[in-house]
Amino acid sequence: MRIVLFAPCFDDTLLPATPQAVVRLLERLGHEVIYPEAQTCCGQWHLAAGYRREAAALSRRFTDVFTAAAARADAIVTPSASCAVTVRRADPDLAVHELSELLVDVLGVTDVGAEFPHRVAYHPTCHALRGLRAGDRPLTLLRAVRGLELVPFGRAEECCGFGGPFAMKNADTSVALVADKVGHLTESGAEVVCAVDDGCLLHIGGAMSRLRSGLRVMHLAEILATPAGGPT
Amino acid sequence: MSRSPWLHLLVRGQSPREGWIVQDPDGPDEPRFAETAREALTDAGSRSRLRQESARRRARRDAAVGELSDWEGLRDAGARRRDAVLYDLEARLLQLEAEVSAAGGRLHWARDPAEAADLVTRLEKDAGSAVRLPGPLLAELSLTAPPTGAGEVEAEMVVFGVDAVVAESATVVVLGAAAVRRVARAATVVAVAGIDQVLGDWADLEVWLQLRARSDGERMSPAVATLCGTAPGDGPRSFHLVLIDGGRSDALADPAGRTALWCIGCAACADVCPVYERVGPAGYPGHRAGPAGAVRTPLLEGTRGTAAASLPFASTLCGACGDVCPVRIDVPELLLRLRGRVVDERRANPLPGPELLAMQGLEWVLGDAARMETAQRAGSRWARLAGRTGRIRRLPGLLARWTDARDLPAPPRETFRAWWRRRRR
Repeated sequence: MRIVLFAPCFDDTLLPATPQAVVRLLERLGHEVIYPEAQTCCGQWHLAAGYRREAAALSRRFTDVFTAAAARADAIVTPSASCAVTVRRADPDLAVHELSELLVDVLGVTDVGAEFPHRVAYHPTCHALRGLRAGDRPLTLLRAVRGLELVPFGRAEECCGFGGPFAMKNADTSVALVADKVGHLTESGAEVVCAVDDGCLLHIGGAMSRLRSGLRVMHLAEILATPAGGPT
Repeated sequence: MSRSPWLHLLVRGQSPREGWIVQDPDGPDEPRFAETAREALTDAGSRSRLRQESARRRARRDAAVGELSDWEGLRDAGARRRDAVLYDLEARLLQLEAEVSAAGGRLHWARDPAEAADLVTRLEKDAGSAVRLPGPLLAELSLTAPPTGAGEVEAEMVVFGVDAVVAESATVVVLGAAAVRRVARAATVVAVAGIDQVLGDWADLEVWLQLRARSDGERMSPAVATLCGTAPGDGPRSFHLVLIDGGRSDALADPAGRTALWCIGCAACADVCPVYERVGPAGYPGHRAGPAGAVRTPLLEGTRGTAAASLPFASTLCGACGDVCPVRIDVPELLLRLRGRVVDERRANPLPGPELLAMQGLEWVLGDAARMETAQRAGSRWARLAGRTGRIRRLPGLLARWTDARDLPAPPRETFRAWWRRRRR
């Protein structure tokens, strides 16, 4: 299958390991990945902050770039649930799949041949859980990873407090939320916190790093891209 | 000690920073949500109580809702009925006025909370003594203090906010044992209702009562009073209904804003709201707290005031509220629209604020892949200096709001697009 990759702007800039992992994973599964280099941002930052005019301009631009790319491909994928929600809200016709949706629903694969012998806590981010209704697709994928132990933690479905502009405009409340989240995660005994949105992982990871909690964050794509028998 | 042993570590840099939102010189300058929240968050005792209370109410609601085989169908019916009544509101209000007169009562129209408060105080003065039952509607009218000359337990007149009004029979619906007891004994009732609280008929009320009870964590509301005007030998001798607009017809004119008026006044959205659970009611200056207040207060009062304008931003847009709303109000979508309204109003300021300039600049940068890449290169050169240890612990200016309590990973040597290009070669 030819798959168009939408790499969120903050992944492109700050966390390229995530889209790189998507490329490696999909190529390992025998698919061809296309990355339209004209892509920039879906407009989520502006939309969430109330800048509708600017968000609409970025959204139009996004649609143009990806409609052209999708014409010579089979699907569009992004490793960010919140970007997927933003794009679908703006243009429901442009079928953009979040990574776990693409793997489970479109490619029909749950065991991607990964190995990751660690204790992992999966944080169901709000946009995956309530925005996309991704359900247990990410968990299904994680359960099939060799050596991986899923660990539960308290109040898992509660927001981490990121919320884009919320983290800046209401920094105190945002920090209070992520402090509780990190507390639950630390108690769980997990080594790695996994999610399908790097925005939330940036937030949780940023707090864990400040607290020197010893936990690290990894996007689902990074775990799934770790090949069985390969380096961990 | 609260559940957040980290809080004292995380909340640093307590000095309030200059706001992102440029203040409107014409609007009332009340504290923004962020400022009230800062105060509230430091009260560990109240945070602990709030957390327990929210958890208790969530568990009760989940149990009450979980018993029903077709809760989703009931929600659909509720949304449909609320939409239908509000679509036809003018006719329903006129019907209500006629029915109230026919039932021997009197309907008073009030344009805004001040007019309604005037009306009520005049009625109280005529009666000599009155009791006010506290509630969100009387709070909207700023009638929270006892009326002058009050104090008698068995006052002749009882003033209260209703929970619903049925147009076809001029029926005022009141929930809660204390209110029901008071209202049932009153010789004169002064019922205050928002025009959005009108239901069409008793079939509407049937659905409304089920949704409200379950959302309150009950199978049935334990105490419900239904007053239908006056009747000889039974109920009040005198019956007043004060109907207040207070920005509701403006909200009705907005197709999205209209859905906020579907609200049936339960607190399910507040009970699941992670922000409300941390901050509590103090952060919400209007007559309703939690997500419903964050939507309704700016919608009804407008966004000129700094406090009301800050409310649409007092949410992570996590969506928990929309999932529990018994009438399926899409709260996150409404918050997004209200954020847009606030920003559009700021655009009209003669001097653009720093946030507007930053966001417009960001849009210009993101509007072209080459510009974005230039910015990435410039930014990462500088940021790698700031984050030589692999993480950035301090950022300047407004970005410090992030790094006050959270690190940021130092940007990588190579962006994704650079990696992609190198790999293709």
